[in-house]
Amino acid sequence: MLTQDRAVQDEPAVRRKCLIGLTVNGEPQEVAFFPEKTLLEVLREDLGLTGTKHGCELGECGACAVLLDGQPVLSCLVLGLECQGREVLTVEGLANGPELHPLQAALADLGGTQCGYCTPGILCVALALLRDNPAPTRAEIAEALSGNLCRCTGYHQILDAVQEAARRMAGGQP
Amino acid sequence: MMRLPRLRYVAPRTIREAAAALADAGPEGALLAGGTDLLPNMKRRQQVPRILIGLRGVQGLRVRELGEAARLGAGLTLSEMLRDAALCAAYPGLRRAVASISTPPLRNMGTLGGNLCLDTRCNYYNQSLEWRKAIDFCLKKDGTICWVAPASPRCWAVSSSDMAPLMVALGARVTLQSAQGERELAAEALYVDDGIAYLSRRPDEVLTDVVLPPHAGLRCTYLKLRRRGAFDFPVLSVAAALRLDGDHGDAPVREARLVLGAVGSHPVLAAEAGALLVGRPLSEEAIREAAEAAARLAKPLDNTDYALGWRKRMAGPLIAAALRELRGDGPPPHGELARAGVRGRPSGAC
Ligand SMILES: Cc1cc2nc3c(=O)[nH]c(=O)nc-3n(C[C@H](O)[C@H](O)[C@H](O)COP(=O)(O)OP(=O)(O)OC[C@H]3O[C@@H](n4cnc5c(N)ncnc54)[C@H](O)[C@@H]3O)c2cc1C
Ligand code: SF4
Ligand code: FES
Ligand code: FES
Repeated sequence: MLTQDRAVQDEPAVRRKCLIGLTVNGEPQEVAFFPEKTLLEVLREDLGLTGTKHGCELGECGACAVLLDGQPVLSCLVLGLECQGREVLTVEGLANGPELHPLQAALADLGGTQCGYCTPGILCVALALLRDNPAPTRAEIAEALSGNLCRCTGYHQILDAVQEAARRMAGGQP
Repeated sequence: MMRLPRLRYVAPRTIREAAAALADAGPEGALLAGGTDLLPNMKRRQQVPRILIGLRGVQGLRVRELGEAARLGAGLTLSEMLRDAALCAAYPGLRRAVASISTPPLRNMGTLGGNLCLDTRCNYYNQSLEWRKAIDFCLKKDGTICWVAPASPRCWAVSSSDMAPLMVALGARVTLQSAQGERELAAEALYVDDGIAYLSRRPDEVLTDVVLPPHAGLRCTYLKLRRRGAFDFPVLSVAAALRLDGDHGDAPVREARLVLGAVGSHPVLAAEAGALLVGRPLSEEAIREAAEAAARLAKPLDNTDYALGWRKRMAGPLIAAALRELRGDGPPPHGELARAGVRGRPSGAC
């Protein structure tokens, strides 16, 4: 018999969820979930934040990227439990009320998003890049985004948009 | 959603507590560092531990000392290593190897220890549970046959860590700690030529740190062959570390260690090829002889990306490119195929 079947059989019928506290998009949150849940599952299923997308769920696409304590990580490969006391930023945290973040606006303006599935992950990674390096070269943008697949745009428009956002954030007019 | 199997999670604060938790958990337990190898494997049910011992809170695994030599804690993330400019300048080959691993977000998560203990990989193993069930399981997990070499009694899954060949080339030493005590061994001795039992680490041992050799006078590099410039594991790699009898690239070689990665279940040390270089300057002739000798050890099987014959043919050119770089010819031209001195597309691939 396969080991995974045995694991399920031996468990008690009623299982305890664990409770953690963390900060999501600046707001303190408490959330309860089973210990095997990933941050991606906790965000989407327990916190109702479905902006973060699930693609491969194996680290191979970048759709689920969020910032954890300010660093881009793949939420499909982080245990929710390991986020106790930490700060998470998802795509929902980017806009300021109705006003889009310059990165969001530039992606929309320059065709850097088509189906949009890769966009939340790309936004989070690009946000961290521009924080650490406000005027990145095209090669630096490409390197930072090398873990985010996009099946629609062909990438050029995404790189254009990040460059444009950097320019606007430095005070250039849209 | 591809879910993780049910599990319990333990968060030790010290190496001693981690070792005790691992001993307590027995065969049901596994160490979780960055999780970038273990969690995908658990989702695909290749590994199904029921107790995860999370190492991220263990401060003792985060040492980072750089003097004449370097000591690196197993819990350092790959990004932390890359951000350490002094470390990267002292060991340029290490920087190359680490920078070539996976993708930027994965490097923020993945650790040195997890990379050195990375599970071996195979086209018939790194597949979903349904896929493996459909063709029937293989020796490495739940099955009785090897799909790559059906007549073989052993598993040939591929050692795919980018840092492992480099650490072997450097002659680095690793420390393992269990509830019983501590032992130190050469990186080379950490690896075993077996796709299933690929580490000599005992199941109750925690890899705590890695000590690199003195960097003065050391020349080291790493070249990696793969399909894409990010994400992909190596299908062939070369790590080389040399010391010359003098400061110039044309001085005779005092010591040379050449290692091939991703051609077998362990990093393959080409000792004879290294010995061929000793006492001679890195002339084209010496490089050709060493490359030929080392390339003979490359006996990959058909269980990774790219055509088998091409991977084997690339070993010589890749080794030669590494040695030319260490001679002082400068980094090989951009592009990994160009790096290996080859033009055009590999036959049978793409
Ligand atoms: C899409 C993708 C691409 C990748 N590409 C590459 C690549 O090109 N090259 C490459 O080398 N790797 C690659 N990786 C694998 C991985 O990201 C790195 O090797 C990473 O460094 C693994 O470290 P980790 O901390 O995440 O390991 P984990 O997943 O936490 O652990 C890996 C294994 O090591 C064990 N372990 C962890 N820490 C210790 C310790 N201190 N002592 C003893 N055992 C320990 C674990 O129990 C587990 O068996 C890739 C992964 C993904 C998902
Ligand atoms: S080499 Fe053979 S036994 Fe090992 S993982 Fe591949 S198919 Fe399975
Ligand atoms: S869903 Fe996380 S990397 Fe693809
Ligand atoms: S816009 Fe469709 S995947 Fe990028």
